[in-house]
Amino acid sequence: MRLHRLLAGGTVALALALAAPTGPALAEDTLYVPLLTYRTGPFAGSGIPIADGMRDYLVMLNERDGGIGGVKLVIEECETGYDAQKGVECYESTKGKGALIYNPYSTAITLQLIPKAPVDKIPILSMAYGLSATAVGEVFPWAFNPPLTYWDGASAVLAYIAEQEGGLDQLSGKKIGFIYLDAGYGREPIPLLEQMAERYGFQLLKYPVPGDQMQNQSSQWLNVRRDNPAYMVMWGWGAMNPTAVKEAAKIRFPMERFIGVWWSGGEDDARPAGADAVGYKTMNINAVGQDYPVIQDILTHVVDKGLSKVSDRSRVGENLYNRGVMNSVLIAEAIATAQRATGKKLVTAEDVRLGLETMSFTEERMAELGVTGFFQPFQVSCKNHAPGNRVYIQQWDGKTWQPASDWFESDREVVWPLLEKAAADYVAQNPDWPKRAEPCA
Amino acid sequence: MLYRETGQFKTSYAADQAVFPIRQDRIGLALILLVAFLLVPVFGSSFFLNTMMIPFLVFSLATIGLNLLLGYAGQLSLGTGAFMGVGAYACYKLATIFPDINILVHTLLSGLFAAGIGVLFGLPSLRIKGFYLAVATLAAQFFLDWCFNRLPWLYNYNPSGAIEVPTRMLFGVALTGPNATPVTRYLVLLTLVVVMTWIASNLVRGWIGRSWMMIRDMDIAAELIGVRPLPTKLLAFAVSSYYCGVAGALMVFFWLGAAEPPSFSINTSFQVLFMVIIGGLGSLAGSFMGAAFIWILPVLLRALPEMLGVTIAAATVEHVSLIVIGALIIVVLIVEPHGCARLWQTAKQKLRTWPFPY
Amino acid sequence: MGGLLHTVLVDPFVQMWTLPDFFVQVLWEGLVSGILYALIALGFVLIFKASAVFNFAQGIMVVFAALSLVGLHRLGVPAFVALGLCVLIMLALAVAVERLVLRPLVNQPDIILFMATIGLTYFLIGLGELVFGGEPKVMITSELLLPTGSYVWETLGGRVILQQIDIAAAVIAAAMVAVLAVVFQRTKIGRALRAVADDHQAALSVGIALETIWVVVWFAAGVVALATGIMWGARSDVSFALQIVALKALPVLVLGGLTSVPGAIMGGLIIGIGEKLGEIYWGGLLGGGIESWLAYLIALAFLLVRPQGLFGERIIERV
Repeated sequence: MRLHRLLAGGTVALALALAAPTGPALAEDTLYVPLLTYRTGPFAGSGIPIADGMRDYLVMLNERDGGIGGVKLVIEECETGYDAQKGVECYESTKGKGALIYNPYSTAITLQLIPKAPVDKIPILSMAYGLSATAVGEVFPWAFNPPLTYWDGASAVLAYIAEQEGGLDQLSGKKIGFIYLDAGYGREPIPLLEQMAERYGFQLLKYPVPGDQMQNQSSQWLNVRRDNPAYMVMWGWGAMNPTAVKEAAKIRFPMERFIGVWWSGGEDDARPAGADAVGYKTMNINAVGQDYPVIQDILTHVVDKGLSKVSDRSRVGENLYNRGVMNSVLIAEAIATAQRATGKKLVTAEDVRLGLETMSFTEERMAELGVTGFFQPFQVSCKNHAPGNRVYIQQWDGKTWQPASDWFESDREVVWPLLEKAAADYVAQNPDWPKRAEPCA
Repeated sequence: MLYRETGQFKTSYAADQAVFPIRQDRIGLALILLVAFLLVPVFGSSFFLNTMMIPFLVFSLATIGLNLLLGYAGQLSLGTGAFMGVGAYACYKLATIFPDINILVHTLLSGLFAAGIGVLFGLPSLRIKGFYLAVATLAAQFFLDWCFNRLPWLYNYNPSGAIEVPTRMLFGVALTGPNATPVTRYLVLLTLVVVMTWIASNLVRGWIGRSWMMIRDMDIAAELIGVRPLPTKLLAFAVSSYYCGVAGALMVFFWLGAAEPPSFSINTSFQVLFMVIIGGLGSLAGSFMGAAFIWILPVLLRALPEMLGVTIAAATVEHVSLIVIGALIIVVLIVEPHGCARLWQTAKQKLRTWPFPY
Repeated sequence: MGGLLHTVLVDPFVQMWTLPDFFVQVLWEGLVSGILYALIALGFVLIFKASAVFNFAQGIMVVFAALSLVGLHRLGVPAFVALGLCVLIMLALAVAVERLVLRPLVNQPDIILFMATIGLTYFLIGLGELVFGGEPKVMITSELLLPTGSYVWETLGGRVILQQIDIAAAVIAAAMVAVLAVVFQRTKIGRALRAVADDHQAALSVGIALETIWVVVWFAAGVVALATGIMWGARSDVSFALQIVALKALPVLVLGGLTSVPGAIMGGLIIGIGEKLGEIYWGGLLGGGIESWLAYLIALAFLLVRPQGLFGERIIERV
C-alpha cells in the first residue's frame, strides 16, 4: 500500500515536472519586473528593507498611476538568499516571462549575469554595486551601475579621511584598515585602494571576513587592536555589519574613525550595539526619513492600505528602505524613458536598455517624481553608466542617522582611467566579448 | 505479466553476466535513453533543461562518485563539495592555460587532480572510520574551501574571486560560455554521464568493486582473504574523487557558467550525501533517483504554488520547502532506509507476480 | 630558510612576550569561544552516550531555542515567561523527536540515524524561519537580566577588556556542568542514564524504559542548547548562520572523545584557545582566515595519534 502511494506520488511529481515550464501565461498588456530579493538567511537583515522599498514603490505606481504610462506592472519577487547559484536559477526561471530588467542585489550574481545579458538581451541595473568597470558603457552596453561605482566609494572615503586629517599628503605613513566581506562584493574596491595606498603612501591593512564566519569576527578585531590603524573602512553586508559594529565597540575602536560603505548604513546595523555605536559613520547616496513626497505617497497608497510587507509603519523611511525606493525610481524611470523614446506603451527589454542609457534625473524631473533632495541629480549616458559620483557621510546618533557632511565627489580624474583599464582587461580576458552594436556618439 | 523473465534462457557465460540480464530491463533502458537523448532536447523548454535536467545530471554524477566511496567501499566522506571544487578549479586553470585543447579533454583531466587530493585526504581512512573519518573529510572540506578563497592564482587573480567560464567550441558549436545553448550543454553532459555511469557499473561488478565491498562488509575478513586495505581504500577515494571532480568541472562549465567558493561549500557536500542516502547506498540507479528526488523536488515545490494560482511570498516558499525536504528525508528513512533503489527493487518484484500475486 | 623558521617558530612568541596584555586578551577570547564550543559538544555527548545517535541537529537546536526565545518575546511575552515557554518547547521537541524519529528508526545503522538528524536540521531551520522570520535578531540580553557592560582590567602594561556577558557565560556554563554532573551521579534518573550508556540491553533487562531515557537526554540537550543559544546570541545576533560555527563541535568531540563530558569541556577549550592563537599569531603568514579549518586539522592530527580522544573510551576498532 505504502509503495503504491509512493509510486502514485512519483507519477504526479513527474507530471508536474513536465508541466512546470509552461506556468501561467502573463497577461498581455503588462510590464513584467522581476525582483531578485532575499528575505531569509544571514543577509536578510539588509535584504528585507531593500526588498520592501523596491516593491512598495512599484506597487505605489500601480495604485496611484495605474502603472507606468498607463500599463500595469507585474512585480515578482524571487528569493535568492544572496546566493549566486540560486540567483542564476531565479534569472533563468523568470527571464522567459518577458523580464524587462534585472536587479540582482548581489555583486556575485551581477558578475554571473553580465555575460548573459548581451545574449539574452535583458539589461542589468546594479545600482551602486556590482562590477565597477561596468560604468564604461562602451564596453558594457547591457550593465548599468548608476549613480556611482565602488571605486568611487573607495576614492570618496579616502577623500573624507584626508579632509579630516588635513589633506591627502597627510595620509602618508598612516595605517588604514579595510574590513570586508570576503566575496565578490567586498573584494571589489581592493584594486583601487591598493593603487591609492601606493600613490599616497598610506599602509592598507586588509581584514577579510568569510561569508560563513560573519558573526564570529573576534579574530579580525583582535588583529585590528594589535595593528591599531588610524581609520577603519568597512565593506560589509547582512549580519556582518551589526557584528562588526559591536566588535569595534568591544575593542574600544573610536567610532568616528570607523566608516562604512553605503551598504553598511542600515538602522539595524548600528542599533544592536546600543549606545556603543554612537559616532559610527557610513557613506550614503540617498536621503533618510519620511519627509519626501515619494515616501508620503507610498505611505498613503501602499502602507496605509495594507499592501506593504513592512513590519511597522516607522520602518518606512529608514536608510535601506529608501535605498530600495531609489532603486525602483530608477527602474521606473528607465521604463518611462523607454516609453517616451519609442512611443510604445509595451516596451521590450531592449527598449528598457535604451531607457537606462538615456535617462536623466534633472531637478525638474526629480520634482515631478517627488524625489527632490532624495538623491543627487545625474544623467546616464552611452559612455558613462555611473555618472553621479557624489556621496555624503552620515553618522549614527544612537537613534537615527544624521548627515555629518555635505555631498562631495570622488576623484574621477583618478578613478575613471582605472575603470577604463579594468574594462579593457575584462575584454582581454574574454576574447569573444561582444562589441557594442552601435558605438557611442 | 509484463515483467517476467520466464523463458529467457542464458546459453553462455557472457549472457549470464550481462549488466542487464533481463530483456525487459534492456528495453526499459533503451526507452529511457531514447527519451533522454531525443524527446527531452526536442520538447524540453530552456527553463526545464537549465534548472532541472542539467543540474540533475551534474548531481547524478557527483552522487555516483560519493556512492562508490560510501555505498561500495563504506567510507563516509563529508568533503564531496570540496572535491567537486578541486575539479572545477583545475578545469578552469587548464582551460585558461591551454586554451587550444578541447574543453572536454580538460574536463576529464581535471578529475585527476581531484583524485590526487582525494587520495591525500583519504589517507587517514587507514586508521579511522565512521564519524571520525567524517571529521577528517570535514578538514578537507574547510581547508579546500579556504584555498579557493585565498589562493588568487586559482581564479587567475580575478578581483571578484569568481571563476568565469570562457566560450569554447567543438566543430563550430559553442559548448560552454554564455553562447552555448542549453540543448548543446545538456547533450554533452548526458553523453558524459552515460559513459561514466557505464564505466562505473562495470567497475563495481569487477574485482575492484568486489574488493571494495569486502572492505565495507568486514575489513578484517577482507584482509584475511588477501584484499589489501591500503590500496583498496585509496583506490576508492581516488575513483570517487575523480567522479566528483568531473562533476564539479561539469557543474561550472556546463551548468552555472561561473562559480564562487560557496558553490562548493559544506552544503553541497550534504546535498550530495542526501542524494546517496535517499537514492540508496550501493546502487547506481539509486544515485539517479536520489539526485532527482533532492534536486527536482525543491524546484517543484517552488513552482507549485504558482501553478495552483496561489501567491505565496518567495521567502515563505523557501521555508516551507526546507521543512518539507527535512520531513521527507526522515519519512523516507523510516519507510525505506535503503532508499529509492530498494523501493524500485520491491516494485519490480511485485511486478513479476502481477496481476496474480502469490 | 632561516628567515622562514624565524617567522614561524620565534617571531610569534616574541610578539606574545612583548605585548602581554594583548596575549591575555587573545587567550580570553579563545577561552570564551571555547566555552561555547564546549557547550554544543556537551549536547552532542549527552545524546551520543544514551542513544548512540550522532545528533547533527544539536547546532540547529541552539539557534532554534534562541530564536524561539527572541520570537516569543517579540510577540509580547515577558522575557522570563518566554524562557519558561522555551524550556517547554524543547521538551515538546524532545518528545516529538523520540516518537517520530528515534522510535521508528530503532536498530537502524548509525549512518541512517545520523542522516535523520540532518533531516531534522533542515526541518528545524525551515520551521524556525517560517514562524519567526528569516532575518537575524537581537538577543534580549538585558531583559533576561544578563549584564551587558565590560570591565577594563589595567594590567601588564596595557589593558584587557572583559565583557560581562562573557564572564556570565563562563559562570553559567560551569554551573550547568555542575548540575549535570550531580544529576548524573546522584539521582535515580542519572543512574538509569549511565546504565543505558553502558549497555542498552542490560539496561532494558533490569527494567529501564529506553524511551523515557531518550526523551530525558534530548530534553537535557535541548536545555543546554537554550543556554548556549542565549550566550551565543548575546555575543552576536541570533540567526541560522550560526550553524557553520556549530560544526566546530565535531573536532571538539574528536579531541575530547565522543562519550566523555569532561572531554567535551576540555576539547572545547583547547580548540577555542588553539584556533584563536593560531589565527592571531600564525594566521597572517598564510593570509589569514585559517580559523575556518585549523580546528579540523588539529583534530585530524590528533586522530592519527590518539583516535579515542583525550577522555573517550576506546570504541574504535582497529582497521
